[in-house]
Amino acid sequence: MKIKKLDSFMQGVFLISALISVMAIILIGIFVFGGGIPFIAEYGLSNFLLGEKWTPSNTPAAFGILPMIIGSVTVTLGAIVIGVPVGVLTAVFMAEFCPTKLYKVLKPAVNLMAAIPSIVYGFFALQLIVPFMRRLFGGTGMNMLTVILLLGIMILPTIIGMSESAIRAVPKSYYSGSLALGASHERSIMKVSLPAAKSGVLSSVILGIGRAIGETMAVVLVAGNQPRIPDSLTQGVRTLTTNIVLEMSYATGQHREALIATAVVLFGFILVINGIFLLIKRKEAIR
Amino acid sequence: MSKVTIKELNLFYGKFQALHNINLPILKNEITAFIGPSGCGKSTLIKSLNRMNDLVEGCTISGEVKMDDENIYAKECNINLLRKRVGMVFQQPNPFPMSIYDNIAYGPRTHGIKNKQIVDELVEKSLRKAAIWEEVKDDLKKNALSLSGGQQQRICIARALAVDPEVLLMDEPTSALDPISTAKIEELVIGLKKDYTLVIVTHNMQQASRISDKTAFFLNGKIIEYDETRKIFTNPKKQETEDYISGRFG
Repeated sequence: MKIKKLDSFMQGVFLISALISVMAIILIGIFVFGGGIPFIAEYGLSNFLLGEKWTPSNTPAAFGILPMIIGSVTVTLGAIVIGVPVGVLTAVFMAEFCPTKLYKVLKPAVNLMAAIPSIVYGFFALQLIVPFMRRLFGGTGMNMLTVILLLGIMILPTIIGMSESAIRAVPKSYYSGSLALGASHERSIMKVSLPAAKSGVLSSVILGIGRAIGETMAVVLVAGNQPRIPDSLTQGVRTLTTNIVLEMSYATGQHREALIATAVVLFGFILVINGIFLLIKRKEAIR
Repeated sequence: MSKVTIKELNLFYGKFQALHNINLPILKNEITAFIGPSGCGKSTLIKSLNRMNDLVEGCTISGEVKMDDENIYAKECNINLLRKRVGMVFQQPNPFPMSIYDNIAYGPRTHGIKNKQIVDELVEKSLRKAAIWEEVKDDLKKNALSLSGGQQQRICIARALAVDPEVLLMDEPTSALDPISTAKIEELVIGLKKDYTLVIVTHNMQQASRISDKTAFFLNGKIIEYDETRKIFTNPKKQETEDYISGRFG
């Protein structure tokens, strides 16, 4: 009898814990969408998404976030171009080539990379990448390439960690099957083991995209933050996230609502990315 | 004629001696069966014929394995080339998670055959030899993992044959399969011996007696008896052999 009571009590505790996170997500959704949708309805969806001017202090004010959408998408794609090859090859190295001694250093180092606060990354970029860019292209050194390099580094731990475990999860029998046909170690891994891990690797890329598009504090330090459509990679850029963080502290009225609506768009991006992630996972489960 | 000759082979896993002074000929165009209880060393020996034991950490070997006249444990031996000449089929069917076509084409492509027409021909020829062409010819693009276990194992045999090996090693190739698939593979194996030299490890003594020409009986890392299969199963010379094949242990 006693045990039964304890059981149902504990069940309640678990249920409440689970509900807290679900509630949090629902509340965030209500707050963000509730705050942003009325503005979008009033200002017009296409004016908002496709407007090229962001001049909140003009009269009349303009709230077009196309420059920021383009900025976010471009730096994210750039980060993927840099981070995915480096990350996946590092994962291959760590799973299949790395001597044990080196692994004992490398693995904690990658884990540490994931734990470093993003502002520290931003500071690192400010000290190292920005002067480098300034010397290379002139100007302030705060441009899209700087952000791309920075984000490319920041998504590495996500990509390395997940890809490595995906590669390790590939049955060893594929590898030995390939060796037994006379293929070299390298060929067996690159042509058999790595392709067999592709859905895990793809998942890591999707999560990396999510990380890159959502990054704020590091980006705001080095992006230049001009709200205009950049026409080259050596120009400054403002992303959706930095747009919010730069102006939220003093925005009021419609300006404030426009920033919350920016968060709605960001939220939409993240939902799509997670949706793709879930689809990949489900496809893998069916197989 | 002896295709592979094993001479005074000792094999250690760390300090544990898994094989003791093995001397054995593997005759050309014959099927040699290795039988014996679990842990007797028969799988270890078959894996030392294509040096898959190299993957096992702490595995050391003394003695000689000669293929034709070449010692495969000599320093100058090219292991990848050796494994092309000595194919292997594993206990668990292990087709790669790719299409049937790509599975078979993998080996030839590995060894530098790029011409699509030649690869196409090799794929068809290998699948025919492995007696599975008729079943899969219409969906070569299908993922090999979607096939049944017996079909997968024949895909693996075809994959091994596609690199044109001289010797084919089979490590309990039917132990994960149902009786009908087993019968198909046995029939196939018998047909293969006119072109290849085969070694098969099996737990199934009926299988050994049905398909092999020579049988070696292993116990505790030693070969107790080696002879023509017929003699081993009707008139064994050693008491242990007789005890094992009559089912008194193992």
